[in-house]
Amino acid sequence: MTNKFTNSFRLPFAWLTAGAACALSAFAGAAQAEKIVISNWDGYMPPDLLENFTMETGIEAELSVHGTNEEIMGKVVAGGGKGYDVLFVSSPFAEALNNLGLVAAIDHDKVPNASNLYDEAKELAHDPGNNYSMPYAWGTTGLCYRSDLMPEPTSWNDLLKPSDDLKGKVTMLSTDRWLMGAAALALGKSLNDTSDETLAAAKDLLVAAKQDLLAYDDATFYLKLVSGEATMVHAWDGWCNYGIGENADIKYTIPSEGSDLWVDALVIADASENKDAAHAFVNYVLGADVGVWVASNILYKTPNKAAMEALDPSLIETFPNMGMSPADLTKYEQLRDLGNGQKPFARTVTEIMAAQ
Amino acid sequence: MTNRLKSVILLGPGLGWLALLMVVPCGLIFTYAFFERGIYGGIDHVFTFENFVRATDPLYLGIFLRSAKIAFLTTIIAILIAYPAAYAITLAPRRWQTGLLILVILPFWSNYLIRTYAWIVMLNREGLINNTLQGAGLIDEPLSLLYNNFAVIVGLVYNYTPFVVLAIYSSLNRINVETIEASEDLGAPAWTTFHRVILPQTVPGIAAGGVFVFVLSIGNFITPDLLGGGRLQMVGNLIYDQFLSARDWPFGATLSMFLIAIMMGLLFAQAVLANRAAGQRGQD
Repeated sequence: MTNKFTNSFRLPFAWLTAGAACALSAFAGAAQAEKIVISNWDGYMPPDLLENFTMETGIEAELSVHGTNEEIMGKVVAGGGKGYDVLFVSSPFAEALNNLGLVAAIDHDKVPNASNLYDEAKELAHDPGNNYSMPYAWGTTGLCYRSDLMPEPTSWNDLLKPSDDLKGKVTMLSTDRWLMGAAALALGKSLNDTSDETLAAAKDLLVAAKQDLLAYDDATFYLKLVSGEATMVHAWDGWCNYGIGENADIKYTIPSEGSDLWVDALVIADASENKDAAHAFVNYVLGADVGVWVASNILYKTPNKAAMEALDPSLIETFPNMGMSPADLTKYEQLRDLGNGQKPFARTVTEIMAAQ
Repeated sequence: MTNRLKSVILLGPGLGWLALLMVVPCGLIFTYAFFERGIYGGIDHVFTFENFVRATDPLYLGIFLRSAKIAFLTTIIAILIAYPAAYAITLAPRRWQTGLLILVILPFWSNYLIRTYAWIVMLNREGLINNTLQGAGLIDEPLSLLYNNFAVIVGLVYNYTPFVVLAIYSSLNRINVETIEASEDLGAPAWTTFHRVILPQTVPGIAAGGVFVFVLSIGNFITPDLLGGGRLQMVGNLIYDQFLSARDWPFGATLSMFLIAIMMGLLFAQAVLANRAAGQRGQD
């Protein structure tokens, strides 16, 4: 869930290095076996995580960045997952990769740190029992707004049908699931409902809402709040925190109709030739210390109980949504893989984005 | 070595490059357009014309039309800016010309994205332009300069005008000065000399630069996304989304084919124009 463009320019290099890594391991055989390739969004883990992992375990790891879930999904589907060991993806994509048989079953004996997870994080709807995915970060999607310029919004309709003084001062996420999610919640429908009626109603609502937007923005929305260009933005809670960090008048709220529970997870590529090393990496990321450090660096909640309990309390004071309890989080519906519903869903989103 | 063998060897790398990076991908796109989408991207090998029917939906034709309109306006504005600039460079002393041309292409030394982001800083409601105008007391409320067609056209004109300057400069440079002197000697006023003697001889340059800008603009997706705020899609955004978000490769391929056809048509027209101009010069 990051910017579509900034990352794509690094990809040729990532591919080259990934290719070189494959070539090396093919030639050098066992000598290079302990080298794994991780794919993650740019900036979605602390920059020295891989270095520390290598220091601790002796396993070489390198990062390949993807800009979006769709991008890494496309590569993994096209290449059967070859060249990757561990992937960071949002849960519907983990689910889809699992349906396609592209991710490996997780051997819990090799991931003892999974015991650090909250109980709720072990029974997530997309993968109860964490059979093929381990949650890395989770949170909600809501409204991030300037409390000095407007009263607290209470409904998704405050975004979709903004009052006159907010017209042209709101932004929405354009990533399909969250764009449609705002409408589904406003309509009181399931986030995973792809029936014709719901899609048509969501389309009407979102095409009308488009007229009042400042812009669609999936990457810099919090900066628009800071600069005052926007007064309220559709935001992931962690990204709203980046805005709160720059201006304490920025606040995050979940409308009365609720939110989605999004989960970004780690999966191991079934094509990985270093599954033990991949498991070691997953285990390392689930460590309490690493979890603390992840949460305080990227300002996302992690499903890591040991880590969240060890967080500096001042962090939660500054960023109140970091303190949301797992019980509160998991009462929201998760985004699921839409399966065949993906076709009408994608067509509806295309029509919304194409509308004048 | 025979001449034929020589030309095969010399043409080899170029033709191979074209075949591998142009013909094959276009062939793939052409094939994809006739299949159904897979659920997770890719294609299902089921033959269909559905993508073509869908692409002619007024919704998508409207996007083609809007993109063409924006690209056309961009082209006109770029030519209007570039012509005087190229003219001035041609008139400048010889030793300055290289330096001036380097200044024209200097922006290309930085990344397209960075150059486009710079316009966000200039145009936004708290940006350089609005702050300056407000500071000078010329406006009370900030102007909405960003996230609309205006901003998209500004971004495209800014990025592509240098190409037109170069194209027009090269055709201005090729004009035989004697034709201008002849016109003046025969008593033509400056304006008549320009529009009867100079302008017609630079039509190929204008066409080359113009077609180049139009083709690059109509397929652009970064500028409408960043400066247009993603609200007003151009055909480039529509295609981008089919491959990277909707995972509908066949529909994306069909739209690409329409776009490629438009571009090829224009490039062909430009080539005909250039050929005709070359032919005329040959007869002179």
